[in-house]
Amino acid sequence: MIEQAFNGLVGGAFYALLALGLAVIFGMLGVVNFAHGAFYMLGAFGAFILLDSFGIGFWAALVIVPVLLGLVGMALERLLIRRLSGLDPLYGFLLTFGLALILQDLVRRQYGVQSQQYARPELLGGTLNLGLFDYPAYQVFVLALSAVVCGAVWLLLTRTKIGMIVRASTEKPELTRALGIDVSRWVTPVFGFGIALAGLAGVLAAPMRAINPLMGGDLIIVVFAVVVIGGLGSVFGSVAAGFLIGLVSALGNLYVPALSQTLVFILMAAVLLWRPAGLFGRQEGLT
Amino acid sequence: MLTVENLSAWYGEAQVLREVSLQVAEGEIVTLVGRNGAGKTTLLRCVMGLHARVGGAMSLRGADLTALPPHRRARLGIGWVPDDRGVYATLSVEENLLLPPVTGPEPWSMEEIYAAFPRLKERRRSPGTRLSGGEQQMLAMARVLRTGSRLLLCDEPTEGLAPVIVEQIGDILRQVKDRGVTVLLVEQNVHFAASVADRHYLLAEGRVVDALDNAEVRARQDELLEHLGI
Ligand SMILES: Nc1ncnc2c1ncn2[C@@H]1O[C@H](COP(=O)(O)OP(=O)(O)OP(=O)(O)O)[C@@H](O)[C@H]1O
Ligand SMILES: [Mg+2]
Repeated sequence: MIEQAFNGLVGGAFYALLALGLAVIFGMLGVVNFAHGAFYMLGAFGAFILLDSFGIGFWAALVIVPVLLGLVGMALERLLIRRLSGLDPLYGFLLTFGLALILQDLVRRQYGVQSQQYARPELLGGTLNLGLFDYPAYQVFVLALSAVVCGAVWLLLTRTKIGMIVRASTEKPELTRALGIDVSRWVTPVFGFGIALAGLAGVLAAPMRAINPLMGGDLIIVVFAVVVIGGLGSVFGSVAAGFLIGLVSALGNLYVPALSQTLVFILMAAVLLWRPAGLFGRQEGLT
Repeated sequence: MLTVENLSAWYGEAQVLREVSLQVAEGEIVTLVGRNGAGKTTLLRCVMGLHARVGGAMSLRGADLTALPPHRRARLGIGWVPDDRGVYATLSVEENLLLPPVTGPEPWSMEEIYAAFPRLKERRRSPGTRLSGGEQQMLAMARVLRTGSRLLLCDEPTEGLAPVIVEQIGDILRQVKDRGVTVLLVEQNVHFAASVADRHYLLAEGRVVDALDNAEVRARQDELLEHLGI
């Protein structure tokens, strides 16, 4: 049971990283990025390709892949996403969803639908004794790194000047511009940063999950539920809900296996009925 | 300081400003009076560059504003105090003050701000929107003082506030004027307007219909109040 809970938290670590990126992007750009799962998938493939074709290992990939994908994200924002501003949000959905399909199919063309394998880094190959049970060291690392990254982003957002500008631009973009801040200048790096987080989650997934073109699509549906439960645009809520949903679905798996797939969505519906803006969303203005 | 020439503005098909022209000289406090829906807020938003559908021209100390985005206008020294006060809930009181960049040669220091607004100092770590309405108004004013803006656009700063606080806002505006700052003030409270301002423009249905000085405002107070529907 405790071991299952731990599994849940590790799963939640991925939800949290992905939801965090989605939340930051949504807050700053007002765009729900349906391509987020595709970038997670590209992160995993990035690690795989680096090793397979260039002999570059896990630790380097952990840095290189997010940075590269972050740059791709920034280019994407400049070339395409930027053009959405002022348009119906539906266009954002069409663009990012279309992008997700294109990225998926490009990878599928190259690698097919079978899953690729990626070995755990040697250093983390064994198990750790956590007192009550032995647990794979790699999973412990994933959990710890995700917690550290989420915490660092939290500090960045709440304690720094950049964070202050991001919060202000997210809450009142028009006023923030009128107060002398060039909001559009911050939009590109924020989008790239969100994509880099998805890429990081993808690299972390490579050694423990099946690497295939559809891995992002399956996961991202749950991540959207996570973001809604946490409160759309609430950074803290996304992270908290990420870990919470990981926990709930793992325990659900244990006690009510029949519901394991739907439990998250039942929870989402319940939260929406109880608090329409999500657990940590600001409730004003919503009825 | 500020020149507005033949400014027109639309919301969709509806024209809400019709060829408005006005001038505000350096160091003056000028008010815009007019009943609800006359277009006062729209005019300030146009000066700030926040309104997309506009015609006409605006300049600040001779520099053409027309093509500049809002953040560039702010950096030229225009400080906006919006009608909803524009206080951020996700920023603390102090962050609300520190957010906008300093734009003018004589910004108020944080010590001066806190000396003038002790309540803001006491509440500096609270989220901005935890403040009372009057305190939020003070925060919105203090924020543009800290930037050192040379032209303040204040949109109904006294609306809905208790007389003591209205008096305080009057004091601040007079202090600001003593430092040579120019103010374009939207105000429904004619009495208050006459007590702080040098001149007044009367706006009706998107047009400037009258330009008055303080003596005229006092002489025509009843007529004005009736026009404003108060
Ligand atoms: N977002 C909007 N969309 C459509 N019409 C608008 C919008 N905002 C204002 N208007 C209309 O434009 C006109 C001018 O509005 P504005 O807010 O500038 O008036 P105001 O003089 O500031 O009024 P008040 O004293 O109520 O603040 C009004 O007729 C109003 O109904
Ligand atoms: Mg108004």
